Amino acid sequence: MGVRRRTGGFYLRVNPILCDGFGHCHELAPELVNMDEWGYPIIEKEPTPLSELAALESARYAVRGCPRQALRIERVSEA
Amino acid sequence: MLAHELPRLLFGTPGNPLTLAQHKATFASTFNAESLLGELEASGLTGRGGAAFPTARKARLLREQRGHHKVVVVNAMEGEPVSYKDSTLLSTNPHLVLDGAAILASIIGANHVIVCVSRDNPTAVGHVQRALDERQRGGSKGPEFNLETAPWRYVAGEESALVHWLNDNESLPQYRPQRPDILKLSHRSVLLDNVETCANVGLIGRYGAAWFRTLGTRTSPGSVLVTLTGAVERPKVLEVAPGMTLRTVLNVADADPDPQALLLGGYGGSWLDGALLDTPYDNESLAPLGASVGAGIVVVLGRQGCGVVETQRVVKWMANESARQCGPCAFGLPALSEDLAELSTGSRNSTKALQRLEQRCGVIEGRGACHHPDGVVRLVRSALRVFAEDFKSHSRGTPCLGSRSKKYFVAVPRLEHESELIWV
Repeated sequence: MGVRRRTGGFYLRVNPILCDGFGHCHELAPELVNMDEWGYPIIEKEPTPLSELAALESARYAVRGCPRQALRIERVSEA
Repeated sequence: MLAHELPRLLFGTPGNPLTLAQHKATFASTFNAESLLGELEASGLTGRGGAAFPTARKARLLREQRGHHKVVVVNAMEGEPVSYKDSTLLSTNPHLVLDGAAILASIIGANHVIVCVSRDNPTAVGHVQRALDERQRGGSKGPEFNLETAPWRYVAGEESALVHWLNDNESLPQYRPQRPDILKLSHRSVLLDNVETCANVGLIGRYGAAWFRTLGTRTSPGSVLVTLTGAVERPKVLEVAPGMTLRTVLNVADADPDPQALLLGGYGGSWLDGALLDTPYDNESLAPLGASVGAGIVVVLGRQGCGVVETQRVVKWMANESARQCGPCAFGLPALSEDLAELSTGSRNSTKALQRLEQRCGVIEGRGACHHPDGVVRLVRSALRVFAEDFKSHSRGTPCLGSRSKKYFVAVPRLEHESELIWV
């Protein structure tokens, strides 16, 4: 158990070529991912602060739950 | 040559390229650069492929890359269907382009130059092949030259798609999250530049940055090639100095003096109101109006035409040219095209179509791997801005007169397999 970093933020990024619009990310991380009318994810463009632990947790679920492995989390140190 | 006026790049006769001996006599070097990269930086040359990225910054980035094997790729794919500046340049001064590529190769330390010409343009392929053969016979020193002929597609000229084609014979754009991103051709770093950029580098290497800056403005020095089509007497490629007003440019080609609008930059460019003809033709002055020089395309839309219909035709073709890799592009662009089709006929759903169009533009933007969808969104948004009155009357069910005249100004290629479109 390391100390959780509370500063900085993270982005959830999708590779649009890999993405096939399964929609699992919207189910797993509804606070970060919206759907467009064709079922492809619209992801929050601003970085989410790491202090929002629930959002980070659901982003991790989305990354692990993506059938195409198209998602990843990108950390930024300071906004 | 060393003249302080135009033409620079198009010095000579199009269709009758200079031989290597003639080329050496015509463009006799008067200048010995101490550092070619320093000269390139001083010249302030920007890329002519559309994005106007500073060439020197790109060259410096590649120069700082590690590795002994680097490649210079010259992009003459010319994806824009209305543009033929690249093939005109190649059929006038092919050796100037090759000289520029050799200079870029010596700057970054590359020993290999690949010239990519679309195979659907056999004339340009022939001119390049002849020039390369001449060089080989002359036994000139310098990098090794190769000619590659990729198939023509709109997105095939995108840099990552072109490098992907050279790697794997697949003209598909790649997802590149990190910027700046160095393209790799089987582990070799790639410097990719447009033909016109290379020709300008060739001139800078011969005459120096001070000479180069005698034309153009401070932010966009040199000269640019412009393809002028639409409501003009004779479509042609012009060489103009940035900073000239658009009216002067149009006058040179005997264009319609009172156009409805201009399409600047290409199919992924933007419309400019015909009342703004006194704007200088350079990126700095056009940026506040939401337009740019882009790939040097000017299409003149006459008063008989209809902006809504022209936009719809372009967007339909662009939707068909999508590589269909990313969902927002593969499904979004056909959706935009359908909305525009409803608007252009002025059907009963067109009020809703107009609202949907604005909303969909915001949804699609920035969500593809390459900037193909962004270009279409830019075009649609500029159309909504410039032809606001027309869109309003179309959405009320009373299409403007121009849409009924069936007079088209923007040359859109016929869709190849209209029946095989993925949407109905």
